[in-house]
Amino acid sequence: MRRPSIAIAAIAVTATLGLTACAGGGASDSAAAAGTAAADGATTSTINLYAYAVPKVGFDVVIPAFQKTKAGQGVQFQQSYGASGDQSRKVAAGAEADFVNFSVEPDITRLVDAGLVDPNWNANEHKGIPFGSVVTIVVRKGNPKGIKDWDDLLKPGLEVVTPNPFSSGSAKWNLLAPYAAKSNGGVDKAAGLAYVSALVKDHVKVQPKSGREATETFLQGSGDVLLSYENEALFIEKNGDPVEHVTPPTTFKIENPAAVLKGSKNLATATAFNDYLYTPEAQKLLAEAGFRPVDPTVAQEYTSKFPAPTKLWTIADLGGWKTVDSTLFKKDVGDIAKIYDQATQ
Amino acid sequence: MTPDTDQQRRGPYPETDAAPLPPRPDATAPDGIRPHGGDAALPDTPPDTLPTGRPAEPPRGTTRPRRHGKGLRRLRGPLGIGIVTLWLSVIVLLPLAALTVAAFDEGLAGFWEAVTAPAALASLWVTVLVSAVVALVNAVVGTLVAWVLVRDEFRGKRFVNAVIDLPFALPTIVASIVLLSLYGPNSPIGVELNATRWGLVVALLFVTLPFVVRSVQPVLIEADHEVEEAAASLGATTWTTFRRIVLPTLAPAILSGTGLAFARAIGEYGSVVLIGGNIPRETQVASQYIQQQIEIDRPLNAAAVSVALLAIAFVTLLLLRVVSSRSQRREERDA
Repeated sequence: MRRPSIAIAAIAVTATLGLTACAGGGASDSAAAAGTAAADGATTSTINLYAYAVPKVGFDVVIPAFQKTKAGQGVQFQQSYGASGDQSRKVAAGAEADFVNFSVEPDITRLVDAGLVDPNWNANEHKGIPFGSVVTIVVRKGNPKGIKDWDDLLKPGLEVVTPNPFSSGSAKWNLLAPYAAKSNGGVDKAAGLAYVSALVKDHVKVQPKSGREATETFLQGSGDVLLSYENEALFIEKNGDPVEHVTPPTTFKIENPAAVLKGSKNLATATAFNDYLYTPEAQKLLAEAGFRPVDPTVAQEYTSKFPAPTKLWTIADLGGWKTVDSTLFKKDVGDIAKIYDQATQ
Repeated sequence: MTPDTDQQRRGPYPETDAAPLPPRPDATAPDGIRPHGGDAALPDTPPDTLPTGRPAEPPRGTTRPRRHGKGLRRLRGPLGIGIVTLWLSVIVLLPLAALTVAAFDEGLAGFWEAVTAPAALASLWVTVLVSAVVALVNAVVGTLVAWVLVRDEFRGKRFVNAVIDLPFALPTIVASIVLLSLYGPNSPIGVELNATRWGLVVALLFVTLPFVVRSVQPVLIEADHEVEEAAASLGATTWTTFRRIVLPTLAPAILSGTGLAFARAIGEYGSVVLIGGNIPRETQVASQYIQQQIEIDRPLNAAAVSVALLAIAFVTLLLLRVVSSRSQRREERDA
């Protein structure tokens, strides 16, 4: 019996070594790490947070700060991050969430339609948008392909990484930015769609599911250009990855909504957390993490960090999400949806 | 994705049941009398070796007659069959039926459209192509590894023997990270395989390594050395001996190991997810396509391709059984 036990021990030891050696390298979109430990004796409640893929860096600083406030004492967080549309469908399908933060408004509208979020969720002064960003172009260090504006992306042979708009909110913003620029805010629809079609057909080869996964794909060496949130670009630059970003003179304002679920077991704490996001304190932390603040006073302080593009189109300029989603992104019907399906089928 | 691969994940050792037990040395005795009472007894005979190649202790309980427990004896009858049927239904058949129903949600036309979408077809093609390459490489190299482990003595043999099972012990996603750190961008050895089909091949070779080795090893241990010596003394060259004596004995085991490796490879997800690159029409395998269709809210496409994958796996295993039972029959006739 000695021999087998040695062999088993060898397997176990090697496997453990392998596991520990690799533990640091895990790429995960849905880190379910809980928040910091509760203060002894304080009442504990847990907020289940479902968010799109990239704001984790923001919540990583905002959550500990919230836990230091009176309302946040002892509150635990169970966080899940992933592709915006995918996350929204999970919550609609019954995943237990107290607070949601998605990339695009339609993903919250889905929960309103499902009776999970109050129709007045966006009644506050910032319309339910605690932070935002702009669409930017990430290139390799030194910008070897000389990318400056949207037209440069159509250079022959250039490969663009942008996620799949059927699962990712980031992808929708990424395609809306050049669409708005080329169509002059939706006036010349045909010109806008022609650009999107050329981009998707000839330059988009991979279809990552989320903005985060697109970043990972790009950092692993695929593609010449990554379309992404400015906050994501700032984040990976800060991490020391060999990339830089170019914000085109005409781009798009990203607005990332957040809402509380009305059937939440921790309605009071979840609402308190949602309200906290709009406080100057949280807005500053978010700005430090790379997200454009919505509080005008805080935004004033960070103008140098977040330069205003020459022209910034907004979703309102295109008629609001309801119009944009049904005419451009709706499965089998929307113009961009059809272009994307045709190119990727 | 397929029940076959799931079944494989449950236990570290490939089922040896697909391969007939090796011809027992005494079965080839000149008088042709089988000491164990004919064919029927063969499958019931406990294997003499564990798949790891170590002599086994006699299995406890099977040799001792059971006097207590009438219930256990009743298990062999209709009750036993009932339990097996129920278990298989709940665990395997019903979920498969549900999946098939989902795949035909929009009728045969909907199913056909989903499966023949160019991206779906491409992913199935990439999957089968890469898995076939992997299975073939495994057939050759796996047999060689088993040969060395059984016939050669060297320092650290026991360690190597344990390493063979490592791919089973490692979670497949870990395999992916391991391979990415060696063959990914900024590869320390200057070989960048990520986002290529070679990357897929390497990842799948990693996770399917044990199948052929572990099927062939016990057969090789059992194989009668004297027959080879006899062949050599009759003037056969090494190659002839291998071709005429060794290979026929090993063939069913090699075939079974190769088939299982293939079945495992077509359903593999974790090990290819990072190194494969998931490029549609190039390195996107069927399991990744299915995952993607779920994420973009097209469950019908996912179910349809799953059914196609299932059919491929099923046909593979079926062929395997037919071929191995035929070769078993031939073996017995020859004996």
